[in-house]
Amino acid sequence: MNHSAPGMKTSVAAPLAQPLPGVRRPATAWIGIVLLAVALAVLPFVLTGIGTAWVRITNLAILYCFLALGLNIVVGFAGLLDLGYIAFYGVGAYTYALLASPHFGLHLPFWIILPIGALIACLFGVLLGAPTLKLRGDYLAIVTLGFGEIVRIFLNNLSRPFNLTNGAQGITLIDPFRIDGFTFGKPHTIGSLVVSTPVNYYYFLLIVLVAVIVLNLRLQNSRVGRAWEAIREDEIAARAMGINTRNMKLLAFAMGASFGGIAGGMFSAMQQFISPESFVLVESIMVLSMVVLGGMGNVFGVIVGALLLSYVPEVLRYTVGPAQMALFGRTLIDPEVIRMLMFGLALVLMMLFRPAGILPSAVRKREFETARRPGNGQGTP
Amino acid sequence: MDTFLQQLVNGVTLGSVYAIVALGYTMVYGIIQLINFAHGEVVMLGAMVAYSVIVALAGAGGALPPLAILAIATLTAIPVCMVVGYLLERVAYRPLRRAPRLAPLITAIGLSIVLQNIALIIWTRNPLPYPQVIATVPYRLTATPDGATITNVQIGIIGLSIVMMAGLLLLVYRTRFGVAMRAVAQNPQVAGLMGIDINRIISATFALGAALAAVAGVMDASYYGVAHYQMGFLLGLKAFSAAVLGGIGNLAGAMLGGLLMGMIEALGAGYVGELTNLCHLSGWSDALAQRCVNDPHLELFGSNYQDVFAFVVLILVLVFRPSGLLGERVSDRA
Repeated sequence: MNHSAPGMKTSVAAPLAQPLPGVRRPATAWIGIVLLAVALAVLPFVLTGIGTAWVRITNLAILYCFLALGLNIVVGFAGLLDLGYIAFYGVGAYTYALLASPHFGLHLPFWIILPIGALIACLFGVLLGAPTLKLRGDYLAIVTLGFGEIVRIFLNNLSRPFNLTNGAQGITLIDPFRIDGFTFGKPHTIGSLVVSTPVNYYYFLLIVLVAVIVLNLRLQNSRVGRAWEAIREDEIAARAMGINTRNMKLLAFAMGASFGGIAGGMFSAMQQFISPESFVLVESIMVLSMVVLGGMGNVFGVIVGALLLSYVPEVLRYTVGPAQMALFGRTLIDPEVIRMLMFGLALVLMMLFRPAGILPSAVRKREFETARRPGNGQGTP
Repeated sequence: MDTFLQQLVNGVTLGSVYAIVALGYTMVYGIIQLINFAHGEVVMLGAMVAYSVIVALAGAGGALPPLAILAIATLTAIPVCMVVGYLLERVAYRPLRRAPRLAPLITAIGLSIVLQNIALIIWTRNPLPYPQVIATVPYRLTATPDGATITNVQIGIIGLSIVMMAGLLLLVYRTRFGVAMRAVAQNPQVAGLMGIDINRIISATFALGAALAAVAGVMDASYYGVAHYQMGFLLGLKAFSAAVLGGIGNLAGAMLGGLLMGMIEALGAGYVGELTNLCHLSGWSDALAQRCVNDPHLELFGSNYQDVFAFVVLILVLVFRPSGLLGERVSDRA
């Protein structure tokens, strides 16, 4: 036990026993955390200076962080490729919209709806997980993809014979978050400081994000997290070690889905309008790209991936369009198309050249390296 | 009974297209045990390339007979798709043959996005009205004047599919190439020892599947009269479901699965509205009866749920009989 030997063996020898960042050198870590907190607290006001749009973009980026972290539980931790993840986001968003809008005349407070949304999304997760547990990776991918499409088709068509989702028109005038008369939907002034609507949400999202990150880190190193990792690496061996693989996989689906459900509820409240258009396959693939790009299984990697794929397209939107105008006098290629091409190429190039992601988790990295070494078996399934 | 006959004809037509696409999935799966996720995009490219050729030829004076235009267009689309299929294998599958299973799947998803967006740049995001070079002629199947019909386009699609399937079976079971293909599917290492160039066979399998996909793309677009850069996605998924239904890796299974899937979809879309019409329950509830007076079509599900059937079939097959109707492989290896 060499707790008293700082500086020695800093390389990650045993990933399972890796302590949380900040545990090793408390003083510097705390200073870092405080500086980061201050920077994040000031950030929205800096961004407002550039343009309010950037605060909104940041809020969406944080939402994508939630989604990517949720999907990371399913794909990164448990190794189950889910291509229909956006369905849970949709379920959460519609739960919030139906319970807090004039559509049914219900206006429940958000702290009641968000857990309900998480619960319903969780039920959907189990509903999807239960019949597909036995399937191998690529089959699972296709079935989840189909599930996502089914949910979208239902959202699109459940306006008849009873109007549940209002069909393709979507649901409007959704309530913003309210706490005792304090509404997130309006700007507030504190002294001479104007805190605009997106900034309100920014702080709320930031606090939830921190909680979610801590939860994920704890989860990864917990008994459950280790069980997921064992299942990912070798399901049969995991079962032999006494892990209840069925329950563990279901738990991964359920937890991933509830994260999606909560993110959906927040999306609903922020946008105040939702329609099935927001829950299409492309969104699922985008969240998956974030997880893959950042590094499957690594919480911070996934956040880097989510932030990167949220901001870069926006930067492109503001640069590619004008650049094309300047060069050719017209927009040759829609920035949206460039964004999608970028996603596609990112997925391909990452898998070919850095399959473990930008910030790979130690285990994943090892897995890909042994797989690439010549002479090592033939395509271990 | 006429609705039934009509939906059956539509279903068989649709099923022929699914079967041709499903063959592409099943051949690739049989040989490398991987799902070619971007196969649907190859179908789309086939339809799109043929579209451009048809528009160019039809606009150039129209001296050629319609069948020749269609044939030239299809014969142009086939090599283009074969090249795309070959490149897909080289980029997405070959470098990752040793990697964990999810890796090639993710590259294939990436390439399918890239292909879709390239198509979007070339052929715009609008649905393209597919030129009907062959005038549709309906033939009556029953004696009644407004009975079920079958069009010449439908007959053409079904006939061409049968010819292609027969050709494929001959290729696989009666040629040296077919023997090599089956050998690689059974055991690549031993096939390699017997002097078979495994990589060449795998590339050829992808190209062969892509050639079939090109024809399927032209058939699908001609049948529906529209082509779109996203048309390959749903078509590919349904064809994949068909391949699983028949037993993936099995050629006859893909054909059977395709036909069944087409019929399930057509009959499902034709009858689900009537079957789930709540007005049948009017006797049970006065409130319901009241509503049905004004609105006799109180259907729980309508034909707009057509796309759901394929997925439901897929999930049911995977849960209850993962090896499919004719397959022997098990799909639950970890």
